[in-house]
Amino acid sequence: MFRRLTEPAGEIVTVNIDGKDVQVPAGETVATAVLVSSVGYTRTTPVSGAPRAPLCMMGVCFECVMEIDGIPNRQACQVRVENGMRIRRQYGAGASPVA
Amino acid sequence: MPEFGELLVIGGGPAGLTAATTAARLGIYTTLLDEQPAPGGQIYRGVEEAPKPRAELLGPDYQRGARIVQAFRASDAKHLPETTVWSLGPDGKVGILRDGQARIIQASRIILACGATERAVPFPGWTLPGVMNAGAAQILLKSSGVVPADGLVIAGAGPLMLLLAWQYLRAGVRVKAILELSPHVNLWHAAPRLPSALLAGHYITRGFRYLLDLRIGGIPVHFGVSGLRALGEEQLNAIEYLHHGRCHTLPTGQLLIHFGLVPNTHLTEAAGCRHIWNPGQQCWLPATDDWGNTSASGIAVVGDNATIGGARAAEHAGHLAALEAARALHRLNTTERDRQGKDDRGWMRDDLRIRPFLEALHHLPESLLATRDDDTLVCRCEEVTAGQIRQAVREGHTDPNQVKFISRCGMGPCQGRQCAHAVAHIVADETKRPISEQTPFRVRPPVRPISIAQLATLEPSKESA
Repeated sequence: MFRRLTEPAGEIVTVNIDGKDVQVPAGETVATAVLVSSVGYTRTTPVSGAPRAPLCMMGVCFECVMEIDGIPNRQACQVRVENGMRIRRQYGAGASPVA
Repeated sequence: MPEFGELLVIGGGPAGLTAATTAARLGIYTTLLDEQPAPGGQIYRGVEEAPKPRAELLGPDYQRGARIVQAFRASDAKHLPETTVWSLGPDGKVGILRDGQARIIQASRIILACGATERAVPFPGWTLPGVMNAGAAQILLKSSGVVPADGLVIAGAGPLMLLLAWQYLRAGVRVKAILELSPHVNLWHAAPRLPSALLAGHYITRGFRYLLDLRIGGIPVHFGVSGLRALGEEQLNAIEYLHHGRCHTLPTGQLLIHFGLVPNTHLTEAAGCRHIWNPGQQCWLPATDDWGNTSASGIAVVGDNATIGGARAAEHAGHLAALEAARALHRLNTTERDRQGKDDRGWMRDDLRIRPFLEALHHLPESLLATRDDDTLVCRCEEVTAGQIRQAVREGHTDPNQVKFISRCGMGPCQGRQCAHAVAHIVADETKRPISEQTPFRVRPPVRPISIAQLATLEPSKESA
């Protein structure tokens, strides 16, 4: 569980995190937005299905991979939020982006 | 002139920024590639955009970064942010990915300044949501002013724990405890190194200031802690640890861990540079000369990417490597390079005097680095346990790379960045051969995951066409 020290100032965008619309500051990373929105775990592992959450926040550990705008395995700590972005918890290896 | 100029600098922290700024000032056509959207690296993350109260809360060391970034912005160096480097060959060819477009680029010289990452030390429960690296939590604070909502515990070893706790204290965030996991015996090894460390005494003064402020703030700091476990099912709800021979349980939803830093050596390893085990820093470092040159021709490595020395030393190293690039590119002769580098060499030497003391004080015991708990996951990606690694060794796979082939540890998306050291420590423990004799995981391009579709965007380079 994380919180903001101050109410976000400046430009705000709306993203959808697991079905819920959330207002977040433009330019921040998806992982930051997700941690503040109290999603708990952000993915389950492909091997055992264990829950995981962001660990390093600098693109090294790949624990934060999520499904972003329909594309799985994106590092939430490296992608910045954009208006209308759909962010989903990723289960296992993630659904194929090809329908 | 190649499109990307004479010098490529990879990484936008203090080392890379200083190298690029210096090189551009010396008239070298310089391009800086960085994975982040804005310059500053992890240490000065978000420094250009941090509101004043946040910058003040983070302290003067952080604010220093603004000047380095300004100097870089004012220079003629070209900046390519949000660019991933996925390969580096011994021939100096660099594979990059930018806006979904893959390319192979080349320059006459390369300076690597990819920084360091927090050492991963597996312990029971460390994969639970709610356990996060302390540096990661600090990135949240620096870049977004985001902090743990319901208090936290910091555990591990190293000066970052005190700094982060001090920053949280100033921000009004509840730190329940700081657990220092380096053993008491370290004090005896660190004490003889104290006189030399006092020559870089501002670090020690600051450490004592943090400790004093934390004490006044009523935050418990426990030294000589062992047996750390993270407890919970889907989410961390408590930690357990041993202190003064007694087992303690502390309820917490957030545990921040830190076990020092290790250089990001994936590019130096991919380029075939020679690496040496450093017993003080307890990791492999690329072998370099005084100017940052690696064993690969035309490739230098600087800052924490070369040796863990901190942000100040990184600036000096970046400056020196840029002077050496200028020499190699015939902008300076050797005498002039030496003259212009004299001050930085002296300052760097003075700044690094703190390091042997810190290394001894926070030296991690093998019992912690090579976990004896067979059920603990070591490879987080492929979910390989310490027990499986030990079993592989007992079955005759007595080298980290053999263990990797047989168990898949280190073959997941992080490509061994998290588990490489832990596997080597466990193999060393199980084979009773020192870790300095182990071979680290071999690294091959692509060193970052890249999709087939992205790879298919590669075009023949203009120079070779």
